[in-house]
Amino acid sequence: MKFKGQSIISIRDMEKEALLKIIETADAVKRGGHKGCLEGKVVSTAFFEPSTRTRFSFASATQYMGGKVIGFAGTASTSVTKGESLVDTIKTISGYCDVIVIRHPVEGAARLASEAATVPVINAGDGANQHPTQTFLDLFTMSERFRDLSKIRVGFLGDLKYGRTVHSLAYALALFRAPMVFIAPEILSMPGYLLEEIREMGSETRQFEALCDIDVSLDVLYVTRIQKERFGDMQEYERVAGTYRVTPETVRALTEGVRIMHPLPRVDEIDVEVDAMENAIYFEQAHNGIPVRQAILGLVMGTIS
Amino acid sequence: MKTYKVYAISDGTVIDHIPATRALKVIDILGIENEGILTIGIGFSSKKMGKKDIIKIENKYLGKDETDKISLIAPDATINIIKNGTLKEKRRIERPDTYIDIVKCRNPNCITQSTGVKTKFRVVKSSPLTLRCHYCERTVEAGEVEIL
Ligand SMILES: [Zn+2]
Repeated sequence: MKFKGQSIISIRDMEKEALLKIIETADAVKRGGHKGCLEGKVVSTAFFEPSTRTRFSFASATQYMGGKVIGFAGTASTSVTKGESLVDTIKTISGYCDVIVIRHPVEGAARLASEAATVPVINAGDGANQHPTQTFLDLFTMSERFRDLSKIRVGFLGDLKYGRTVHSLAYALALFRAPMVFIAPEILSMPGYLLEEIREMGSETRQFEALCDIDVSLDVLYVTRIQKERFGDMQEYERVAGTYRVTPETVRALTEGVRIMHPLPRVDEIDVEVDAMENAIYFEQAHNGIPVRQAILGLVMGTIS
Repeated sequence: MKTYKVYAISDGTVIDHIPATRALKVIDILGIENEGILTIGIGFSSKKMGKKDIIKIENKYLGKDETDKISLIAPDATINIIKNGTLKEKRRIERPDTYIDIVKCRNPNCITQSTGVKTKFRVVKSSPLTLRCHYCERTVEAGEVEIL
């Protein structure tokens, strides 16, 4: 896959080789390579819903590489929620910058934007659908600890039914045919169609209802938030959330050296006491958003080849 | 000689073996309601299908790209192209890889729900026929498909 001029919309557009290229580039960037590669470039952040962390991460990534950022955030006006005005907005912004980073509450908005834009578009989240740079930074973080992504076994914990991050990451790991374990209460378990797809791609999968039931070793435990809104019954929510809470004891009961990851922000699904453990790498994971986004920006603008 | 109750045409396209009562939907999908003389037969007996519909379109030769659009609602239809009173071509429907502006996305939060965006679905699996929305990436099985 050549990156120059390409939009980054969905993990489904990616091949294993492209993911490896991103990891390799992010690694070079993190080691101080490609400095100033965005000099003279303008990145536009078109955030149709607020997401301060993601927007700051892209802005910071750009500025560290010598680029400039323009943009807006959190436009709630009804005119931009309609498809046609989105197209017009994107066509207009295309003339002002070298790349557009879009965040939009409606699913498919980033794909539509990429079809309207004359510059590459990077999807920074379209509703519950995709957020590919999150997946790239997750993979990059794993690759720093485990050289061969096809050999690591990741356990996903929490809301696996609605979790966009989980779905994309599981799909990406399936491109490497990595074995996976899914741990969730039945009402929040992985969607059947996705499980089937992942298996067809060559990954071995196992499902458990509780962490203590796992009978295989894990290299990474990927924790996600269980949202209150998914439950009609608050008592049921409290029970489930309590069972899936990660504490120092849970970590110690798992495979020695298991790495704990989380897309952040967390609420209380990981006890703060876990932060001090060597196993916890979620802040490092968040910080990896910078080199990974720098790599992506440089690759799509052709300043890194 | 087999006689149809719908009169024969000497030039045009005959779409046969449409599942009963879907003829109007087929015309709608093909967008041929204002394309000259149409003869519509609904509810003919058919050995193969029990009941079937037939459409005859005079003086218009529908191409394969056009007729493949009806594969979701009339997968077993047969297309007969008639020129100067003789059958010039007989073909079946083939399933396209992509359906543009035919299927409605069932996801209420999909960008195609807003005006002006044409839907686009790709076939991701043939049995059971499963389509994926090009925009929101949700999949839908043919049985649950809503035609625009
Ligand atoms: Zn859709």
